[in-house]
Amino acid sequence: MGELVPPLLAGLSVTLKLTLGGSLFGIVAALVAGLSRLSRIAPVRWVATSYVEVFRGTSALVQLFWFYFVLPLFGLSLSATVVAILVLGLNAGAYGAEVVRGAILAVSKSQWEAAISLNLSRRSTMWRIILPQAVPAMLPPAGNLLIELLKNTALVSLITITDLTFSAQILRAETLKTTEIFSLVLLMYFAAAMVIAAMMRLLERWLSRTQGRAVT
Amino acid sequence: MIWDWQYALDSLPVLASGLKITIEATLLGMALALIAGLILALARRASFTLLSWPAAFIVEFIRSTPLLVQIYFLFYVLPSFGVTMSPLATGILALGVHYAAYCSEVYRAGIESIPRGQWEAAVALNLNRFTTTFRVILPQAIPPVVPALGNYLVAMFKDTPLLSAITVLEMLQQAKILGSETFRYIEPLTLVGAAFLIMSLVAAAGIRTLERKLKPYAAS
Repeated sequence: MGELVPPLLAGLSVTLKLTLGGSLFGIVAALVAGLSRLSRIAPVRWVATSYVEVFRGTSALVQLFWFYFVLPLFGLSLSATVVAILVLGLNAGAYGAEVVRGAILAVSKSQWEAAISLNLSRRSTMWRIILPQAVPAMLPPAGNLLIELLKNTALVSLITITDLTFSAQILRAETLKTTEIFSLVLLMYFAAAMVIAAMMRLLERWLSRTQGRAVT
Repeated sequence: MIWDWQYALDSLPVLASGLKITIEATLLGMALALIAGLILALARRASFTLLSWPAAFIVEFIRSTPLLVQIYFLFYVLPSFGVTMSPLATGILALGVHYAAYCSEVYRAGIESIPRGQWEAAVALNLNRFTTTFRVILPQAIPPVVPALGNYLVAMFKDTPLLSAITVLEMLQQAKILGSETFRYIEPLTLVGAAFLIMSLVAAAGIRTLERKLKPYAAS
């Protein structure tokens, strides 16, 4: 069974890189879309709402295939890895946008009023007053979304990326030790998810210390 | 013109046959998830730790690992234990087990929102644990969580394309076959995406209506 571990670890590192890339892109997408949904300009709100509804309303695998097979027909040929990070990030970002929006709306209205009375501009109110207070409320749902993202990376094996799941498939064809391989793979995903959950708990604790109040 | 309406129209019957499998897998998978989820939720609340700890571990493990790998696991590993099932049956089992873990958490939240007084009143009336659970607690706990369960129905519907990985001829697999025959992916894949979007939006509207209708039950 020992000889199964190195190829699977190589796959795991690809999976973790995709998770990292997808989550960085996803955080940007979530912030942009979440803030746009609260914009005063109606067309900005419409675009953001359509983005969120389309990516939450369709299947992640369909999105992946669409970007992989259809975009080249428009003359836009992206490598499988770029497509994977793009789709994973856009998908997580659509769910994240709702988290961002909810957390911003949950900040007390009197904070806005206080900022107006101090003559702060709308932009600095948002970035300096509201967002820093909204971030703690975003963390617990963001942690869940990160684990969802980790699990979604398994889909990229279907567009020929050698991630953990695809490595398992290759190894299965070579060794036929199906039960051992897939048990190991499940355990590796489980361990990765536990690590993400632990890191998010540390982040929450650190934030609640620096902000001087409990993360809700 | 890059979009060929005639081809799109021609591919509709094939995609519709895939949609039938998609809906079949979703409904059967959800039926399994609702039953197995309730069993898991009750097992996790049991005072007997030999029952509650494994149930808690199973729920956490299933929720933390990818559905696709679980599908492969059932598809490749079950036959080596002498259990052979059709790909569709394997897929329905995988969907059902995966979403049972999510549904069990929804049931648990529903059960925990029932005031302690209900349990105490049942004890005072000398009802046994079984009668208390099924005649007193669950009838109050389940209606408020129906919308949350509905959300998982939509989520499962969106996860059915994963069954294409184990050769089930659902909608996405049909679109891929059409695409590989004609080298035109844009129409079938876009139609599949549109079908998912429309059905998800309709389902979401249905869940919102249900939520309003069930509001009287949630007040407790």
